[in-house]
Amino acid sequence: MEKKLLPVIEARELSLNYDDYMVMRGLNFRVNKGDIFIVMGGSGCGKSTLLKALIGLKEPDAGKVLYGGKDFWADLVLQNQIMRGIGVLYQSGALWSSFTLGENVALPLQLYSNLSGSQIREIVELKLALVGLSGYADFYPAQISGGMRKRAGLARAIALDPEIIFFDEPSAGLDPVSARLLDELILQIRDVLGATIVVVTHELPSIFAVGNNSIFLDAEAKTMIAEGNPKDLLTHSSDPRVVRFLTRGER
Amino acid sequence: MNTQKISFDYSAPKTLLIKLSGDWRISAGFPEAGQVVGQFDLHKEVTRLEFEASRLEKWDSGFMSFLFHLSRECEHRSIFFNRRGLPDGVRKLLDIALKVADAETVLPRPSESLLERIGGKAIEVTGGIRFLLDFLGEIAVGFWRMLRGKSYFRRDEFFYILQACSVGALPLVSLISILVGVILAFIGAIQLQLFGAQIFIADIVGIAMVRVMGAVMAGILMAGRTGASFAAELGIMQVNEEIDALKTLGISPVEFLVIPRLLALVVMMPLLTLYADFMGILGGFVVSAGVLGLNPTEYWNHTQSAVKISNLWVGLIHGFVFGIIIAVAGCLRGIGCGRSAAAVGEATTSAVVEAVTWIVIATAIITFICQVLGV
Repeated sequence: MEKKLLPVIEARELSLNYDDYMVMRGLNFRVNKGDIFIVMGGSGCGKSTLLKALIGLKEPDAGKVLYGGKDFWADLVLQNQIMRGIGVLYQSGALWSSFTLGENVALPLQLYSNLSGSQIREIVELKLALVGLSGYADFYPAQISGGMRKRAGLARAIALDPEIIFFDEPSAGLDPVSARLLDELILQIRDVLGATIVVVTHELPSIFAVGNNSIFLDAEAKTMIAEGNPKDLLTHSSDPRVVRFLTRGER
Repeated sequence: MNTQKISFDYSAPKTLLIKLSGDWRISAGFPEAGQVVGQFDLHKEVTRLEFEASRLEKWDSGFMSFLFHLSRECEHRSIFFNRRGLPDGVRKLLDIALKVADAETVLPRPSESLLERIGGKAIEVTGGIRFLLDFLGEIAVGFWRMLRGKSYFRRDEFFYILQACSVGALPLVSLISILVGVILAFIGAIQLQLFGAQIFIADIVGIAMVRVMGAVMAGILMAGRTGASFAAELGIMQVNEEIDALKTLGISPVEFLVIPRLLALVVMMPLLTLYADFMGILGGFVVSAGVLGLNPTEYWNHTQSAVKISNLWVGLIHGFVFGIIIAVAGCLRGIGCGRSAAAVGEATTSAVVEAVTWIVIATAIITFICQVLGV
């Protein structure tokens, strides 16, 4: 196994724009090893844009993203190396539609390991079983439900046992029971794989169920206005915008 | 009937009192807000609008839209819109409608001068050219990596695409090519009959089909069929974040998605061109032998002697170039697609229009080069 980089993320004075439109500025935060770190905020506050900057899809306009102390955007070779140590579960699952679930999970293994075909098949079965999709390896994404697609996406995200896993709105579009099961899965994966997890969401039940650290982004301030454990923020935050969000506008 | 539902009272100074009565539901019909606006124009002194709704019977969103429009107009003309005389439910709904409208309204962009619009367009075109050059560069790098065995190439996927853009296209290519051959034969016959030289129809059909028409017809059909399909397929992958998922795995979407499609079309277009040539000649043959009464053997011999191997090469080069054009246009628009259903539609349309345009331009360029080289 090749040596992986320290799975700690740090943002320093990060600014993100779309052309002339400023989305976020002056973001400073740190994700510690083993955290389930929540990026929360209302719709349109820039959560997904921030995620893109963290996973190599959008270059920041200013500031730095550091992985294990190394500048993620400074060097493409280093960036590729870091990206092999991260997994991403997209909002829609983002499974490749012309691949079966098994092929979706197998692709990262085929690309970045020297395992034999039978070893890869075994790992694929294991990963699918971990997310409750044992026996679905030969199904195509179009043949399964939205919740199952998300879980299959998660199986692909953890194919290479990444040290950091990003979740983009994992509960979006799921019924409450499926959403809770996915939350439990996130906790299990953190415990079993020892992964650091970053969850972008505005679903309060998920935020309180899984998060142990968080930042709160505000669309008007165009930056983060709170940081800390979501439960602590609920009880101790003096910022009315944060309290309003965390209490669904009831306080 | 509608006019009975509304009347205007100017008894109070600078105030227009609207008296409402009857049924104001959509199904019953109601006056247009323009009537009231007309009153504003006639009575410029009005600074206050009030309502009297004691005889208002029924109302629904039709009435609400009337008031919503009036409210906006009053705001625009600095006229005080007094809701007090309206029913409670109407007042509440109006509050919600105006509040939501304020929150969601996008700030209008300042109007741009002609110069700014030209500048904006120039920047847009420059960005488009840069995107195209980046894309072509990535294709070149992708091919180089593939030749060195360093890129991920899925053979099953490649053969699937190959099949989709070959066997699947044959019925359409057959039909159109035969008809083009038939049309060429008929057009040739009209002129050549005047000189008693109908047998030269074989030369016209053979040379035209093999040199240009077979490739052009196959190219246009494939642009509409396969080019559009590439753009839509990759566009939907963009919408579904499948391309993002490739990028975060460190896989180049160009290597993974574009190269197999480009390769499949570059391989298949010359073959489809040959097939279209043959079908076109067959169409001309059927008309000449069956309708115009020419000797089939003589027709065949004339075709053989007229169509030189150089014509065949020119046709194949057309096919090869068209293959590149269709695949690049389709994949470029697909990869550059936005994140909505409308964007996929736009990408598909652009892919077809650009491919067909460039096919015609490329035909003109190749024809000119052949003319200069004497081929």
